Amino acid sequence: MYRYDEFDHDFVQARVAQFRDQVERRVGGELTEDQFKPLRLQNGVYLQLHAYMLRIAVPYGTLNGRQMRRLADIARRYDRGYGHFTTRQNLQFNWPKLSDIPDILSELAEVEMHAIQTSGNCIRNVTADHFAGAAADEVDDPRPYAEILRQWSSLHPEFLFLPRKFKVAVTGADRDRAAIQVHDIGLQLKRDAAGRIGFAVYVGGGQGRTPMVAKKIRDFLPEEDLLSYCEAILRVYNLSGRRDNKYKARIKILVHETGAEEITRQVEEEWERIKDGVLRLPAEEVERIRAYFALPADLAPRAADPSLAASRAADPDFDAFVARNTHPHRVPGHVSVTVSLKAIGGTPGDATADQMDAVAAIAERFGHDEIRVSHEQNLILPHVAETDLRAVYDGLVAAELATANAGFITDIIACPGLDYCALANARSIPVAQRISQRFGDIARQREIGDLKIKISGCINACGHHHVGHIGILGVEKKGEEFYQISLGGSGDENAAIGEIIGRGFSTEEIVDAVETLVDTYLAHRSRPEESFLDTYRRLGQAPFKEALYGAA
Amino acid sequence: MSQKIITANNLGDGLVVFLDASGGWTTEIAESRIIGTGELDEALAYAKAQHDAQIVVEPYEIDVELHPDAGIPVPLRLRERIRAAKGPTVAYGEAELAERAALPTAASASR
Repeated sequence: MYRYDEFDHDFVQARVAQFRDQVERRVGGELTEDQFKPLRLQNGVYLQLHAYMLRIAVPYGTLNGRQMRRLADIARRYDRGYGHFTTRQNLQFNWPKLSDIPDILSELAEVEMHAIQTSGNCIRNVTADHFAGAAADEVDDPRPYAEILRQWSSLHPEFLFLPRKFKVAVTGADRDRAAIQVHDIGLQLKRDAAGRIGFAVYVGGGQGRTPMVAKKIRDFLPEEDLLSYCEAILRVYNLSGRRDNKYKARIKILVHETGAEEITRQVEEEWERIKDGVLRLPAEEVERIRAYFALPADLAPRAADPSLAASRAADPDFDAFVARNTHPHRVPGHVSVTVSLKAIGGTPGDATADQMDAVAAIAERFGHDEIRVSHEQNLILPHVAETDLRAVYDGLVAAELATANAGFITDIIACPGLDYCALANARSIPVAQRISQRFGDIARQREIGDLKIKISGCINACGHHHVGHIGILGVEKKGEEFYQISLGGSGDENAAIGEIIGRGFSTEEIVDAVETLVDTYLAHRSRPEESFLDTYRRLGQAPFKEALYGAA
Repeated sequence: MSQKIITANNLGDGLVVFLDASGGWTTEIAESRIIGTGELDEALAYAKAQHDAQIVVEPYEIDVELHPDAGIPVPLRLRERIRAAKGPTVAYGEAELAERAALPTAASASR
C-alpha cells in the first residue's frame, strides 16, 4: 500500500499542529463557533446530536493491521470502545471530546492517517472498489489512480471552497462495486484496442434530495490525462455551479440544468487548454505510485486445497460462509474475504475495539497485512489463501464477525440516523436491526438470494436508499417516524434510482411491509435464480403495489 | 399543556446540556429549569450570552411535557427525547454484543 513520503508526513503533521492551535483558541474562548465551524469541518469534526463526531479518512478504503490497531486504541482511550465504518469507506468516532481531537489526530498521523477533507465543500476522500488489486475480473488496480487523485486534490488551492462537496469514485472492473455512477465524478478503468489504460468518465451522479445517475461524458480518457481532465471538470463546476442555493449546488444539478452535451463541451474546451501542461501524468510517476500497490511478493499461485471441500462438507456454517463471503481472486488458490459488520440484529458498520484488533491480527497473520473498508459498511481481507480460510473463519467466529450474509437481505446499509445524526428526521439503525432479525434465518436468506436493502434517516441519503433494491427513507410526519419505500434502485454498472412505491409506513408497519415485498418477489420470480431486482425490472411496481396496498 | 426548557451542547465535550435554575448547565433533564410564562426571551438571551461566552454551543428552546407522576420534563419531539436520553436508542459497542448474545435467535443466526 501507499507509504507517506517526507512531504506527506510534514503536511499532515503541520495540519495537526494548526488544528491544535485552533482548538485551543476555541476552548480558550478566542474563536466563536461561527469562526471555528468551518475550521473543524475541514478536519472532519462535526457536532452531532449527543457529542462531537470525528470522521477519519481511509483513503480508497485501504488500511493495514497497524492502522486498524491504532483505530481500536483510539476507540478505547478517547471514545466508547467502538467505531462506525461508513458508506464513504471512512471511520467515524461518535464521542470524542473536542480537546482530545488534536491528540487523536496526532496519533493517527503516526500511522499515516488523517481526517483532512472528510467534510466541507472540497474534494472528499476518493473511494474505490473494495476488491481492488485482488478481484479476478479486474482490468487493473484502481488504487494507484485513486492515490494520484488524492495527492492532487489534497489542499488543492483552487478547489477548497467549491459550491458544495465533491466525491470521486474509481472502479477497475466492468462490474461496478464502487457505485461510480452516483458520484460527482465516476471513473471506470479500461483498456483501449491497443491495450493502453484509460478511463470512462462519468459526471454528475449523486443521491441526496435530487438523485441522479451520472452521465458518461467520455468513453476513453488516456491515463496521462487523468488529472488535467478532472481539473477541467472541477474548474467548470467551480465557475458555474450554483452558490445561491445549497440544495442546488452539487455538480449533478449543473449537469442537469446545463445539459450533458454543453457541460462536456465546456470541459473539453478547458481541457484542451491545460492538457499538455503540468498536470500531464508522467509514466514513471504512475509506475512509482503503482509499485506501492503491487501484489504482496509472497502471494504466489497455489494449487486448490483438497481439504477445503471436506472441511466445508463437515461444517454447514463454514460452508455457508465460504459460499457467501468469499470473492474470486486473480491469483489461483486465493480469495477475498468479506468480514460482515452486519451481525443479525446489530448496528450496520459498527465494530468494537476488540473486533478491530481481531481483524488486524487475522489480516497480519493470514491476509498479507491488508484490510479494506467497503462502501457497503463491511471489512474485506483482500488476499487470503484458500488453505487459510478455515483459520480465518475460526478467528472471525471468535470475534463475532463471521455472519455469512454478504449481499443477502440482512447485509443492510444504514446511516446513523436519528440515533446519532443532527440532520436526521427518523431512526435508521433500529429499522435495520428489526429487518435483520426478521430475516435472520440463514436458510431463508439463502432462499431469497441477492437483495440490497438500504436505509436513510433523512433525504440527504447517506444510507444510499435511492440505489437500494429496496430503499427505505425515514421521514418525520406529525412528530412520528414514517418510512417511505422505493424499489428497483441499483448502484452497480446498471445504476438506477429507485421509484417510490406509495404512501409510507409507520415504525410498527415497516418490517411487515418489507416482508410483504419479499414474499411477493418469491411468489412471482420466474425461477429461483431470478433476483429480486430482475423480477422487479421484469414486472414493474404493480404486483408489489397491490401486495402492499391492495387492488386499486 | 407543553412547557419550555433550554438545551445546547457543551463546548468542551459536545454533550447535551440543559439550562438549570441556577444559570448553570446540567446533563440531567430532570434538573432543567422550566421556563415560566413570559420568561422565554430573557432565558434565551441568557443562553445566547452563554454561547457567546464559549460555554455552550447553539442553545435553543424545546417543548416538553411534565411527566404526570415524576414531574420530570419529557420532550415532545423524538429528536429531543433521544438527546435527553444521553445516547442512541440502541445499544452500542460491547453492550450491543452482549445484548445480541442474549437474543433467542443469536446462536443459530450469528453464523
